[in-house]
Amino acid sequence: MDRSTYSRSRRMAPFVAVAAAAALTLAGCSSSSGGKKSTEDSSGASAGKASTPRMTVALVTHQAPGDTFWDIVRKGAQAAADKDNIKLIYSADPNAGNQSNLVQNAIDQKVDGIAVTLAKPDALKDVIGKAKTANIPVVGLNSGLSDWKKLGLLEFFGQDETVAGQALGNKLNSIGAKKAVCVIQEQGNIGLTQRCDGVKKTFTGTVETLNVNGTDMPSVKSTITAKLTQDKAIDYVVTLGAPFALTAVQSVSDAGSKAKIATFDLNKDLTTAISKGTIQFAVDQQPYLQGYLAVDSLWLYKNNGNYSGGGEQPVLTGPAFVDKTNVAAVAKYAANGTR
Amino acid sequence: MSMTQHAEPAVTSPPAPGPKETDGRTSERPLALRLLARPEIGVFLGAAAVYVFFLIAAPPVRDGASMANILYSSSTIGIMALPVALLMIGGEFDLSAGVAVITSALTASMLSYQLTMNVWVGVIVALLVSLGIGFLNGWMVVKTGLPSFLVTLGSFLILQGVNLAVTKLVTGNVATDDISNMDGFDQAKKIFATSFDIGGVNVKITIFYWLVFAAIATWVLLRTKYGNWIFAVGGNKDSARAVGVPVAFTKISLFMLVGFGAWFVGMHQLFTFNTVQSGEGVGQELIYISAAVIGGCLLTGGAGSAIGPVFGAFMFGMVQQGIVYAGWNPDWFKAFLGVMLLGAVLINLWVQRTATRR
Repeated sequence: MDRSTYSRSRRMAPFVAVAAAAALTLAGCSSSSGGKKSTEDSSGASAGKASTPRMTVALVTHQAPGDTFWDIVRKGAQAAADKDNIKLIYSADPNAGNQSNLVQNAIDQKVDGIAVTLAKPDALKDVIGKAKTANIPVVGLNSGLSDWKKLGLLEFFGQDETVAGQALGNKLNSIGAKKAVCVIQEQGNIGLTQRCDGVKKTFTGTVETLNVNGTDMPSVKSTITAKLTQDKAIDYVVTLGAPFALTAVQSVSDAGSKAKIATFDLNKDLTTAISKGTIQFAVDQQPYLQGYLAVDSLWLYKNNGNYSGGGEQPVLTGPAFVDKTNVAAVAKYAANGTR
Repeated sequence: MSMTQHAEPAVTSPPAPGPKETDGRTSERPLALRLLARPEIGVFLGAAAVYVFFLIAAPPVRDGASMANILYSSSTIGIMALPVALLMIGGEFDLSAGVAVITSALTASMLSYQLTMNVWVGVIVALLVSLGIGFLNGWMVVKTGLPSFLVTLGSFLILQGVNLAVTKLVTGNVATDDISNMDGFDQAKKIFATSFDIGGVNVKITIFYWLVFAAIATWVLLRTKYGNWIFAVGGNKDSARAVGVPVAFTKISLFMLVGFGAWFVGMHQLFTFNTVQSGEGVGQELIYISAAVIGGCLLTGGAGSAIGPVFGAFMFGMVQQGIVYAGWNPDWFKAFLGVMLLGAVLINLWVQRTATRR
């Protein structure tokens, strides 16, 4: 017994020593550049709070875990909720069946309003009908531009993915691009496919699609490099998400290609890349606005009976282009993670 | 001795008695056949077949730069496939290997950024965290006796959630902040993510690490006591314990080795891309395991090699990028990948069968 405790403490000794040494060295290890200290404290705009009675709103999306884009939607929704004295319940599941269960869950909780994305409208038809029976107003956001009216939603906030793709295609035309490759990070995703199809529709040059494994960045990098080597005629890489555009920058240099890069969606590092000129432009659908408007609209409906678009027209939040000329105005908000 | 791990039924079968037994069954088989019977050779031929196929089907593959790109792609899989293979030879699985890579990268990135420390602090702490996760996985498997499939399925889900939640909590976003302008970054990048110019071709450093690690793993497996322990605990835990093999130590250290690999690949990703997306890594564990299995490691443990997974990973990288170099319809990408891999495994199997039959 004694021996074993003795040997254990003997075994622990080096670890203790290492830990102590580490603690000592840590003190002299602070970074003189970059890091959190270099960013000044710039918290988001804080507005007043409505004095209307507390209400509950459920936001149910088809977000896949860890998607930057949805994080911004959620921040917008939360901002509106804070301002309107709303308790926001956020839930998400990329699987349509599960998403419909989450809507049912919100109905069971007797919320005052539901905001839902319609990535797979048919799967949500029944449950939206149930919400209507329970007299809960439902608004749509992000995807489902062609279906929200059919399903009897009150209003819709979003961007038509196809229209956004078409806008990007037109922009490529005006720049004089000849051959583009559209990089899809999640094979089979409807919204992403629509974006590429939209580009194809208006772009006068040729568009090829390329599927990459979005959960493994090194493989995204190699695959784009491979594509650029295989087809030297490609002069524009179009990515469908900000992180992939930043990776494409490395692929272009690895492949020794002269291709330029454009992307859908924004984030902080992307705005830096646009101002540096390594990425040409981004098509922004303003996810923050989608989340914000969807929640705020339910407040307006409950408290004043208003609804945007009069139940006939959707409210479009994009496409908005961000390039070198206007990136400075956007960068500040992207740094906060709200654009 | 150290070669006993490769079951070679035809060689080890006792000479059958009888007057007609002069047909050569007892004589030594030709060298070529003996070579073919080794598990690495099957996968080597499979990989070679895939390589030759794409050399013909995809002209850009013939270029040196393309080869460097394919090898890079293979190396990021291969570095992780090595410890995963060793663990598998030791009779265990680690389903958390894919997300553990991201956990490590997130730890290093967020720690240095939030505390404004030299990035090396983050790198070292990330190593400790990764080894700790490996230790916990191994310790739980050894202590509870539960299948590692279940234990690491749990840690896989936990890490996936922790990656997201902690990143969101700390940074307010789902990706970490750019650390490329911080002290120590350039130095760390030189170690984890640099590249060299060889004959006009840009070669990534991970390729060298991959091969060096494979050489070390081979040496450990075949020439050291620890290597014998790995085969022993994977073959039969109880008899291994009976002959004095420290089963708990071997298994836990193997899990920690996977942790080390996750740390290494995580650091590579961090210093290549400057930021880390918290939702990444899911599904990678299956690719590592596939590379090991294609490389001849038995799912049941007790058999395999370190060189096999090198070819297994190469096959993955080759097919993944080869399809793009060949310019095939991308909608079929995953299907092509599956068919090619299955084909390669079948070649592997067939070669071994024919070689060991007689």
